[in-house]
Amino acid sequence: MTLYSILVLAAGTYAFRLAGPLLSDRLQVSARAQELMSLATIAMLSALVATATLTAQGGFAGWARPAGVLVGALLAWKRLPFVVVVAAAALTAAGLRLAGVP
Amino acid sequence: MGTVDRALVRDVSAIALASGVVGISFGALAVAAGMPVWLALFMSVVVFAGGSQFVAVGVVAAGGSPVAAVFAGLLLNARHLPFGLAVADVLGRRWPTRLLGAHLMVDESVAFALAQPDPARRRAAYWWCSGLLFVGWNLGVTVGSVAGSAVGDPATLGLDAAFPASLLALLLPGLLPPRKTSDAAPPVDGAGAEDKAARARRVALVGAVIALATTPFLPAGVPILLALLAVGVALR
Repeated sequence: MTLYSILVLAAGTYAFRLAGPLLSDRLQVSARAQELMSLATIAMLSALVATATLTAQGGFAGWARPAGVLVGALLAWKRLPFVVVVAAAALTAAGLRLAGVP
Repeated sequence: MGTVDRALVRDVSAIALASGVVGISFGALAVAAGMPVWLALFMSVVVFAGGSQFVAVGVVAAGGSPVAAVFAGLLLNARHLPFGLAVADVLGRRWPTRLLGAHLMVDESVAFALAQPDPARRRAAYWWCSGLLFVGWNLGVTVGSVAGSAVGDPATLGLDAAFPASLLALLLPGLLPPRKTSDAAPPVDGAGAEDKAARARRVALVGAVIALATTPFLPAGVPILLALLAVGVALR
């Protein structure tokens, strides 16, 4: 990566980040629109969860990672503390890899 | 700092720590791909979007052109536009906080803000999460780019599972029906909240399916944007 290409990536990324707050000035944000934007965020975040859990470079990520996320999900569902959820997910995946699961 | 904020800071610190370790591996990768230490750190400060940094450096390391690298990175970061619409109220209307808050926008801070019940806590969650992640990520990149090839793979520590698990833990309360326990606050709008959770559940499920189904065929980032179509199931 050259300095110039990094600057272009940074500028473009910042434009994406700032566009939302700026656009929201122009839009009349009704309660309904606010709810739809929350749902849009939920859609994208759950898409991120799904792809980050199951895929790597467009293919299957292997079993250790989804197993770790599943353990984390069960603990989150049981309302265990957030730190425990994250640590358990990582430890499960790490343990499985140590045992030879990809 | 109240007890709520203390719990918040503890939760956010866990993510910042994980992101710091992933930052170490990015620093090592960037230096291995021929970037000087200062440039790797400069990139992580001004871009501050881990996924796109890995993708861009990866494209160049694999022999791709800088144009392709920038394009792949931007595609991955386009999701920040709809994220920004959702957290615009958190950033407020004062220009200094808005300009800074926009730069610090990441998946985790958006998810943390979304998981909070009221505006004050949304703001606290967004700024603590963004701030600590910025510090953690850039410290990690500094360490990794200096330590270089001595750094191991963060997958060995299972950290690739930590990111989706943390986002899921933040999403989950909004997807489940509200709890009916005696110690909970009296239900103001019980049926409404249940409808809302059911709608969120449908949107989340459809969004995940769209992204998974399209991931093998489309460049990274596009499946996440396509997941926006899932909002359609809530429009009826």
